[in-house]
Amino acid sequence: MSFHVKAQEHWNKLTKALFTELKDSETASLSLAGERTTYLRLNGGKVRQNTFVEQQDATFSFHDNKRAIEFTFSLAGEWQIDFPRAQALLMRAREEVKLLPEDPFIVPKENKGSSQNHYAGHLLSPTEVLETIVQAAHSTDLAGLYAGGDLLRASSNSLGQDHWFSSESFFLDYSLYTKNSDGENKAVKGCYAGTHWNTEDLKKSLQSSQNKISLLQKKSVDVKPGSYRVYLAPGAIAEICGTLSWGAFSYLNLKQGQCALKALFEKQKSLSPLFSIRENFEMGFAPQFNTIGEMAPKQLPLISNGEMKNMIVSSRTAKEYGDESNGGGMSGWDFESLRATEVLGGTLPEADALKALGTGLYLDNLHYLNWSDQSEARITGMTRYACFWVENGEVVGPIKDLRFDETLYRVFGSELEAVTKEQHIDPEIMTYSARSIGGKRIPGMLIREFTFTL
Amino acid sequence: MNPQLSSPSTTLNVPFPNPKIEAHAWLQELAPQADWVSLRFVNETTHDRSFRNGRPDAQKVNFDVGVMVEVLVQGHFGYSGTSDLSRDGILRAFATAKMLASAGGLNKVHTFSTEQRPPSKGQYRSPVFQSLDSASLTELNDLLIKACEKLKASDKIVSTQAHVRIIELEQHFLSSNGSDIHQNSLMIGSSFSATAQDGTITQHRSDKGGLARCVQAGVEVLDRNEILKRCEKIGQEALELLTAPNCPSETMDLVLAPDQMLMQIHESIGHPLELDRILGDERNFAGWSFVKPEDFGTLQYGSELMNVTFDPGVPGEFASYAFDDCGNPATRQYLIQKGRLEKGLGSLESQARLKIPGVANFRAASWNRAPIDRMANINLEPGQSSLGEMISKVERGIYMQSNRSWSIDDYRNKFQFGCEYGQLIENGKLTQVVRSPNYRGVTVPFWKNLKAVGRADEVELYGSPYCGKGEPSQVIRVGHSAPPCLFEKIEVFGGAQ
Repeated sequence: MSFHVKAQEHWNKLTKALFTELKDSETASLSLAGERTTYLRLNGGKVRQNTFVEQQDATFSFHDNKRAIEFTFSLAGEWQIDFPRAQALLMRAREEVKLLPEDPFIVPKENKGSSQNHYAGHLLSPTEVLETIVQAAHSTDLAGLYAGGDLLRASSNSLGQDHWFSSESFFLDYSLYTKNSDGENKAVKGCYAGTHWNTEDLKKSLQSSQNKISLLQKKSVDVKPGSYRVYLAPGAIAEICGTLSWGAFSYLNLKQGQCALKALFEKQKSLSPLFSIRENFEMGFAPQFNTIGEMAPKQLPLISNGEMKNMIVSSRTAKEYGDESNGGGMSGWDFESLRATEVLGGTLPEADALKALGTGLYLDNLHYLNWSDQSEARITGMTRYACFWVENGEVVGPIKDLRFDETLYRVFGSELEAVTKEQHIDPEIMTYSARSIGGKRIPGMLIREFTFTL
Repeated sequence: MNPQLSSPSTTLNVPFPNPKIEAHAWLQELAPQADWVSLRFVNETTHDRSFRNGRPDAQKVNFDVGVMVEVLVQGHFGYSGTSDLSRDGILRAFATAKMLASAGGLNKVHTFSTEQRPPSKGQYRSPVFQSLDSASLTELNDLLIKACEKLKASDKIVSTQAHVRIIELEQHFLSSNGSDIHQNSLMIGSSFSATAQDGTITQHRSDKGGLARCVQAGVEVLDRNEILKRCEKIGQEALELLTAPNCPSETMDLVLAPDQMLMQIHESIGHPLELDRILGDERNFAGWSFVKPEDFGTLQYGSELMNVTFDPGVPGEFASYAFDDCGNPATRQYLIQKGRLEKGLGSLESQARLKIPGVANFRAASWNRAPIDRMANINLEPGQSSLGEMISKVERGIYMQSNRSWSIDDYRNKFQFGCEYGQLIENGKLTQVVRSPNYRGVTVPFWKNLKAVGRADEVELYGSPYCGKGEPSQVIRVGHSAPPCLFEKIEVFGGAQ
């Protein structure tokens, strides 16, 4: 029996048995995050570490008498271990919840429907994938991570709501390294991801990255801090969008005074009509339901043509402020964050990006972004990987890394000149604690003036 | 009945309570089937209790239990982690780890041996004066509600947050060449903060920045009177920042409080000295390092006042332990002495690859990750100046407290940090409070501008639960202690106008 089928059977049995034990006044939900993943870490095209992880975490949310408690616990996948654990936690929840004050913003459990989705893939075995990648990367200085296998998400509650999402997928996130004519280290970033492995596609991805290497081997251009015309490739825009998840669209953050886009929401500042961003679950990168099983709209416009249309609102925040929820994330790092980001494309053909840039900087990636002044939507970070000085539409040479410090009201506002027609898929490659689910669809952008400080 | 925090009557009933007998039996069964094998059990319970504006925000407990099986075959280690702690689960994990070790061994970066897995026996326990059993959930929640009341110094405080995190960690590492190590840690972190708003100005003030206040200790650190006093001050300072002018932009002397030294040490000393970064393992994710292998013993990293240690033995510091996750006994080592770079943060594996000395820092975030080179407690040793003396020497400068923003490049050179609270220093005296203070610099020139280091009685212990690194990625706990320090001629600037 395949992993996801066995896991789903176990899950259904566990949730049913646990919910049967509830008393009349009690309601509960169980959500699941699981994986069965092969991780292969490479350095210099060779294996540094390889790890297999099989883990399932269940989060038990218990409500009684307008009080709430939440326990997360490891599942062994064996009935005789997991059911007694769940029962012990139910008893503990009953005991603890009596001691808590009433929660005025508790979100009552409801049955908002069910969904069942499995996205089957075709992956190589751990041995095959290792051999294939090592062979394909032969003669390159490749560093990176392959992660592939099953991912599980589920959410069920005692009122009958029942969602299941499982997928088989992989990514190889890598960098290829070289030295330029001055002996400086230079690198280009690549990623091959999908649900069905195709070695020819891997080779094409590596070849495309290698094609950029020759440009990086040129002598570096010493670009001084200052303001320059810039083309931000999709990888760079994806990094900025990642920072937006740190509270920029959270309705709670807005209400609690910690929202980077407060001035946009209140129409005190504006963005360019060329800039539109939305949540788009139709891309199929992430489940449409959150940890308590609420469905987000298939598409949720956030900023359309420079105007704020929606914030991300969880049911808890909605209850606190008397507003409508739109299925925003309910817990941890997912709380009212972006889960299925799409920045809409524009009209500039990507092939014309260098010509349209003329003279300035082509930035393939950015690194280590953080709010430098959140209330003003100002972000700092570094250039990284394939970044070039361009003159009259021609690459002159790579640059030495620069620090930028800019407000989004300029980047996506007054200084945004054009957005590329083409969007690129930026698969989620985060693996903190477990492999994440998700991905973004992102275009490139031409910026009239972008400020570098160091 | 008033359950204690540890709820002994309802502790999660997992097979782990009796691991020793089974673990040794499983190991005996597996040992003949590989060149070397280890089992690393982790049982970690994390309590998060938080209130926002005096109302329950999160009441969560996370019970994380699992084992990492590590197998050496023909010079390569394979890893397999599972949360299935049954005998069958362990056997399956062993088979997978062995298969990965065999496959990876054909194209490995280095040929390892049991020299990188020393046989060690021992125990470690956090210094705890009052155990979890001595505190009740009701008392803790009541403290957090009262803390929110104290934080709300006026109606202009639009949000208050009070959060306590308690981590109970049990680790048992045993290996086929004789290691048998039990380590038990109790960790407590707290975070109290207030956000003030007036028109378009918003300012945030916290108790030393994020969850920086984190230690290994018992519940004695949750001293009610002291916490409420601190919360009152935080609320007042948030209000103070609302009316404070923006930090000026100019090159001036900079005095950093220990709660910002934490971030300065972490990003510009800790990470660049990690030997796995220098070896290029991290190039695709966290980045490389400007430090080269030949710099050890030669590079003048900072001024002669700069002495930095790797010290997992400081009682109560957040990342103290007795053995790392390959069984290497952990001892205090100088990384930088009189400003000169002496030693890197490299485990036995990195030491073997680079052939330079390192420390016992092979650490995994949990049972589901392989160990890599990490920081533990990285501390700036005290000097001779008091904070008062430092300030009296400054003609034009700024004193910054509590980190609020951080960023550094992938070679750990060009950094930029923002703090919550700044106070100008004019003609040797602290004067005007300023909001949104930031500074930027380049690692080695910055540390060469270190002009005074505070005394031992001004050293403060902080840490972070969120140091991210590795592929697959891991967040690990680190500790940093330092006194206040004075840096000369630093580029300082304020928030956006």
